Amino acid sequence: MQEPSEPPWPPFRFQDRPGRRHPRHPRRHEHRWQDQQGFQDRPEGEDRHDWRSHFTRHGHGDGNPLRRDPEDRIAGGVAAGIGTWRGFSPTTVRIGCVVAALVTTGWAVPIYFIGWLVIPAKGSDTTIAAKARHDSQGVALAVGAASLLAVFLLLAGALNDGSIQIYCWPQVVSVACLTLIWRNAPEDEKAGMRHLIEPLESLGGADNVRRGTKLRFVVAAVLLIAGIGVLLSLHGGLYLLRPLGGFLLVVAAIVVLLGPWWLRIARDLLFERQARARAEERADMAARVHDSVLQTLALIQRSADDPQTVVQLARAQERELRSWLFEGRAPGDTTVTSFAEGIREIQRDVEARHNVPVEVVTVGDCPLDEHLSALLAAAREATVNAAKWSGASVISLFAEVEPDKVEVAVRDRGSGFDLYSVPADRKGVAESIRGRMLRHGGKAIVQSTLGEGTKVTLTMARGLAPAGQPAADGRRR
Amino acid sequence: MSAADGGDKSAPRVILVDDHGLFRSGVRAELGRQVEVVGEADDVAPAIELIERELPDVVLLDVHLPGGGGHAVITEVKKAHPEVKFLALSASDAPEDVIAVIRAGARGYVTKTISTTDLADAIRRVADGDAVFSHRLAGFVLDAFATAGAAPDVRPSFDPELDQLTTREREVLRLIAQGYTYKEVARELFISVKTVESHVSSVLRKLQLSSRHQLSRWAAERRLT
Repeated sequence: MQEPSEPPWPPFRFQDRPGRRHPRHPRRHEHRWQDQQGFQDRPEGEDRHDWRSHFTRHGHGDGNPLRRDPEDRIAGGVAAGIGTWRGFSPTTVRIGCVVAALVTTGWAVPIYFIGWLVIPAKGSDTTIAAKARHDSQGVALAVGAASLLAVFLLLAGALNDGSIQIYCWPQVVSVACLTLIWRNAPEDEKAGMRHLIEPLESLGGADNVRRGTKLRFVVAAVLLIAGIGVLLSLHGGLYLLRPLGGFLLVVAAIVVLLGPWWLRIARDLLFERQARARAEERADMAARVHDSVLQTLALIQRSADDPQTVVQLARAQERELRSWLFEGRAPGDTTVTSFAEGIREIQRDVEARHNVPVEVVTVGDCPLDEHLSALLAAAREATVNAAKWSGASVISLFAEVEPDKVEVAVRDRGSGFDLYSVPADRKGVAESIRGRMLRHGGKAIVQSTLGEGTKVTLTMARGLAPAGQPAADGRRR
Repeated sequence: MSAADGGDKSAPRVILVDDHGLFRSGVRAELGRQVEVVGEADDVAPAIELIERELPDVVLLDVHLPGGGGHAVITEVKKAHPEVKFLALSASDAPEDVIAVIRAGARGYVTKTISTTDLADAIRRVADGDAVFSHRLAGFVLDAFATAGAAPDVRPSFDPELDQLTTREREVLRLIAQGYTYKEVARELFISVKTVESHVSSVLRKLQLSSRHQLSRWAAERRLT
């Protein structure tokens, strides 16, 4: 743990003696320099800095110093803090704490409370202990409460064999720590603690207690008295089972009395966490909607007298929102890894560049290979041709991936053209579409009727072996 | 109730169910001439009540409703009034939601971007008992059946007739998915419009009766991708 050159606990008031700094540790040096800045007006800060730098030096779980985490706490957030600090799950640490408490006959409990006292909360520099030192009344109260418990345990020890007190003695320290924490914790933490001890408080105010509570109170009292009676009558040394029975009765009393409240507290904690998760999700959604939809709506309002632009903006936004909602793609993500994505990419491009809506229907999907990329290129050419020359108000782009082949149909209800009057050297249809398909083992059929429109059907068998690769798997997904 | 009065077909009586007031008033204004809008509802419970009171020819039903989705309305109304016909429409169409509405019993599905003339036409066809497939629905259906058929290892042993489309049905659906009208499909395949309609109705029936297991598996896959 500790480097041998340094005392296990940094010396008291070392800030007053700069000569004792350790220049080998620049990080620590920096801390002390900061400490001295605060030292002028906050003299009580001196020992809290000792603790902090002590923990800081060894912290490397997440790179941050050890801090309690009041966001994720059950009692003081110590376990959550240690978890984050060392990179464990808080639950693991919590289970570890409980096991430690049992193994050490209860000594781990006061250690937890000491941790609560001396580890600052996340986002804060002050420990509760630093404040408690100046709370002389609180110290007196703590000593008083602790000694009260000690006296009670001495009395109880005189009455039976002392097997239970082993667990109770450490709690003398716990009681003292708790008193100090209670008096000196910051307001928000106090609110959380109040929530935890609410059941005990409400037992005090008996005037507005409901009937169920009263009944529980009576049952608990009976069980408690019976349990204590059994425990106290033990010094007769009768049966081995009797202490166990008494213990059970006491536990039952506590469960009956406080159980419902603890349950509610656990539920509240859960709700609180869920609400936080929902709020985050909502914020994320709002950010997305703002980035895209609201911006587009603003643009649409500004160009309200230009229907063409309005339609284009609306289409582009619809596409983006759709791909985010149903395909889980972030806006601006244009990586194409599958055939269907490639088809939608064609839609995006043609709509943006040529201002004609493209109705896309894709059936099935498969990963892209060299031949399918060629098919996509031919489909793009056919779609661009339709957008440029046909004059149609909408282009239909249909793609179907079947186990043995892939088919794409590009269709418009535009002007059409006479296939025989197209000069043989015109690149578009001849080279970019038909030639490309043929080279990759596919075929292209162009049907066109003047005045009725054009349809280009592209077909390519699946599983064609590219140069140097075995035939692809013919099955989808 | 004003059923067909005289030889001429009267305008179908229509109820609009959509949670967007703006959309309802827009459709009502545009359709006003061509159909008779007898009521509007904005959620599942009021819609069921209104439909059972008015018993319209066609219910124009949004796929997404706050109180449980369009299919909840169909399922409830169909129990007592199987004669009421539903035409589903939506703006954001996740395939599994659309298929759910069709399987509940809607006679067709169109997108909200449809033109008024086409919408009125679709309503009339549904009122006459035909099925109305938009190009998008045709794509979803092809996808659903293709995926189910392409995985022989999970092929269920239910009525195999229902689990598969015939070659002709696939051809019809493919053309519809490419934006062909029924008339154009008929001309392309050298069959009558009536035959096209019967193919589409048969697809609809298969979609509604086919093994639930298979189509829900398809929907689950869609959700994952």
